[in-house]
Amino acid sequence: MTLPSAQAEEKRPATSTAGSPESDGQLVVENLTLHFGGLMALAGVSLTARRGEILAIIGPNGAGKTSLLNCISGLYRPQAGRILFEGHDITHLPPPGRARLGLARTFQNIELFRHLTVLDNLMLGRHVHMKTGLLLGGLYWRWAQREEVEHRRAVEEIIDFLEIEKIRKKTVGTLAYGLQKRVELGRALALEPKLLLLDEPMAGMNTEEKEDMARFILDINEERGVTIILIEHDMGVVMDISDRVVVLDFGRKIAEGAPDEIKTNPEVIKAYLGGNDLTLAVV
Amino acid sequence: MTEDTLPKLLWRNAQKMGQKVALREKDLGIWQEITWEQYLEHVRNFSLGLVSLGLKRGDKIAIIGDNRPEWVYAELAVQAAGGVSVGIYQDSLAKEVGYIIDHSDAVFVVVEDQEQVDKILEIKDSFPRVQKVIYYDPKGLRNYREPLLLSFQEVEEQGRRFGLAHPDFFEDRLAQGQGDDLAIISYTSGTTGFPKGAMLTHRNLISMAKNLLAIDPMTSDDQYVSFLPLAWIGEQMMSLSASLWVGSTVNFPEEPETVAENLREIGPHVLFSPPRIWENMISTIQVKMEDSTFLKKSLYRLFLPIGYQVAEYRFQKRAVPLGLRLLYQLGDFLIFSAIKDHLGLLRLRRAYTGGAALGPDVFRFFHALGVNLKQIYGQTEISGISVVHRDGDIKFHTVGLPINETEVRIDPETGEILSRSPSVFQGYYKNPAATAETLAGGWLHSGDAGYLDENGHLVVIDRIKDVMRLADNSIFSPQFIENKLKFSMYIKEAVVVGKDRPYVIALLNIDMANTGKWAENHRLAYTTYTDLAQKPEVYQLLRREVEKVNRDLPEAARIRRFVSLHKELDADDEELTRTRKIRRGYVYEKYKDLIEAIYRGDEAVKVEVKIRYRDGREAVVETSLRVMDLTREEEGQGLPGTLRQVPGVQA
Repeated sequence: MTLPSAQAEEKRPATSTAGSPESDGQLVVENLTLHFGGLMALAGVSLTARRGEILAIIGPNGAGKTSLLNCISGLYRPQAGRILFEGHDITHLPPPGRARLGLARTFQNIELFRHLTVLDNLMLGRHVHMKTGLLLGGLYWRWAQREEVEHRRAVEEIIDFLEIEKIRKKTVGTLAYGLQKRVELGRALALEPKLLLLDEPMAGMNTEEKEDMARFILDINEERGVTIILIEHDMGVVMDISDRVVVLDFGRKIAEGAPDEIKTNPEVIKAYLGGNDLTLAVV
Repeated sequence: MTEDTLPKLLWRNAQKMGQKVALREKDLGIWQEITWEQYLEHVRNFSLGLVSLGLKRGDKIAIIGDNRPEWVYAELAVQAAGGVSVGIYQDSLAKEVGYIIDHSDAVFVVVEDQEQVDKILEIKDSFPRVQKVIYYDPKGLRNYREPLLLSFQEVEEQGRRFGLAHPDFFEDRLAQGQGDDLAIISYTSGTTGFPKGAMLTHRNLISMAKNLLAIDPMTSDDQYVSFLPLAWIGEQMMSLSASLWVGSTVNFPEEPETVAENLREIGPHVLFSPPRIWENMISTIQVKMEDSTFLKKSLYRLFLPIGYQVAEYRFQKRAVPLGLRLLYQLGDFLIFSAIKDHLGLLRLRRAYTGGAALGPDVFRFFHALGVNLKQIYGQTEISGISVVHRDGDIKFHTVGLPINETEVRIDPETGEILSRSPSVFQGYYKNPAATAETLAGGWLHSGDAGYLDENGHLVVIDRIKDVMRLADNSIFSPQFIENKLKFSMYIKEAVVVGKDRPYVIALLNIDMANTGKWAENHRLAYTTYTDLAQKPEVYQLLRREVEKVNRDLPEAARIRRFVSLHKELDADDEELTRTRKIRRGYVYEKYKDLIEAIYRGDEAVKVEVKIRYRDGREAVVETSLRVMDLTREEEGQGLPGTLRQVPGVQA
């Protein structure tokens, strides 16, 4: 892949020296444990996402990556452990509350309103920021109008950012898969998140689409200062764009560090070679 | 001030109609308006910014980017400071960009966004004279620490501060400018070799605008949509010279992909496009009509012949009978106006085509719809235009009559078209040999073969070096045949070979969209372009299309054999110019083996072609192309197994 990795490496240190790493843990996950009946999905996983970094979570199939993401976004309730976001304990906060705090996510399988237009889907993403109630909105009085204009502007900026002008009035269901993924990213961005959780943003994409998506993720991180946690199977992408990598295996964290350290970590290689996923061996 | 330079025209317009809309750009989903006053303000600030960065009179700056207001600000700003602007096609390969920047001695480069910044930084060693690279879309560039980089806004801000300290500087510099100063160096796409930089003065550009608009007047209320590369002389002429001369509004689309919608939103009064755009529009109409409702389809089929009839009367300058006229008006009301509205052609007073020949069938079609499509002829070296059809005097085998102050004659010996006018360029930058050759005897040598017909209309045959002699020794143009082929909705590109050969053959590119649709309708499964192009059914389809064309051609010029190429001809593979003309010499050379094999009578030819992907990787595609021989009877659908194509891809 020809990602601007050289430049990315150059500018990385500048961003991460912004604050001392440990004190600047924007999201702190402590000893998270999740089991479904007898099946252990997460066994005491701890990790810290620093403000402004791109953190990748990798691991073989069934390692608990999506479960972890679901716990952070509030879809699953862990049996033990804590999740702190910007100092708030959000372990028991329902998803809408987390969204209001600035946590947004995309899904492995696209979750959009297929029969609405791109524009409407993105406007729905602004929902948490809308103040006008049903009554005022229905009358479309001055406030509601002004608010609508303000949100439309925010949405248009996202459309511009993701270069989806051509499809803004198209119904989502008619779009190609790669574009739908991009719209979903847009919907998450419409929340104006401080931290974005991306579950396999590049699954099923061709090389060109992957490159575009990688560039968008880097741009979101740099331009908008959004912290990003992503799950991704394409090791090339992970190594190129992330600042740090966390490796899960059977619900346990087996490694954490910079991409280069992870590549040579014997535990990680064992986990991958021992399993049925040989991606790392190819890298 | 006498208005003898482009920035002086801008200054005049800002004084005369400062509050009127000069430019419009769709941004964040809304058409944002820029008045003449604001236009001048941007140009002033950017100009002073460049001066404060060290730009001197006569310095050059290169500009690369999509059509945006900043593009024209930058051009007029450098001209206001007494410098010269060099436009570069935004989709040029890095090495072409590097060549032009270096050859033109540009001291600043203005680019649009991260994509171009990356491209430029990659090759920065090839142009050591460049002091700054100025970008106007900062997205993704925040953390670039390259000292060469500077943002457009910063330069404008520097210029604003410089202007406060030196209040009369801009006007003084502006007044120093003269009509004979160089305005632009326009690198011609060149169907052969390295691009050459045609030097054009303000006088050249303005006299061209004046003389064209004397024939086809525009008003300051006219709308124009600028979507073709601003590096192209045609776009320079419409978006800068002509617009500044009359004060019409130039509209910039939101993105290159949204041009069609944006055209419809604006509804321009004038449109200038190369043949490709018109040909594409026909394909679009044909495909959309196929998918349309029964009622619409019937109306279209009913009224289109009436449109053709009316157009034919007009072409022959005969009065249209009343009954036919009424029927036509009904057709216009019921269907033609709707089609034109969808394409944004409803308000169009004049539409021009130029840059290459357009098939007569395309003319007939648009005139049948009621679009006043006219041919323009000219070269970059004569500021774009020297000959144009007059309204109501359209002959589709001609390109019309010379515009004012322009003389056109034919070299009695070579048959070459020569012209002379105040718009003729000053020469090629740093290339006196080519200049002397092109301007020999005080006439501009076009390199085109042509003649003047009985009414003084100029007829262009083809490039002199491409003109074919047929077996009966008459001359014939490959381009003419190619255009006829390209009129088929299934053929996108065609290259005809026949010079010094016993008969004519063709290499064809299918139109992926339309042929793909045809394949779907005929339940034909396919994967890639290569696969579809080699389907026996597609060969039969193409054969029927080629036979249709052959019927209108003299015996000796008929196509005997053709192949459907395994890849689309592409400017990135240097097979087409950036304006999408065939680089004939290069294509003949590249496909030499294929062409020889076709003449040898091979039934199938193995080809191995290097393909360069967008990201710069290269791959070798090996496949076998079937040769269709039209002199032989069609073999039914059951083709021998040996001819079944198995394209193999090697990384």
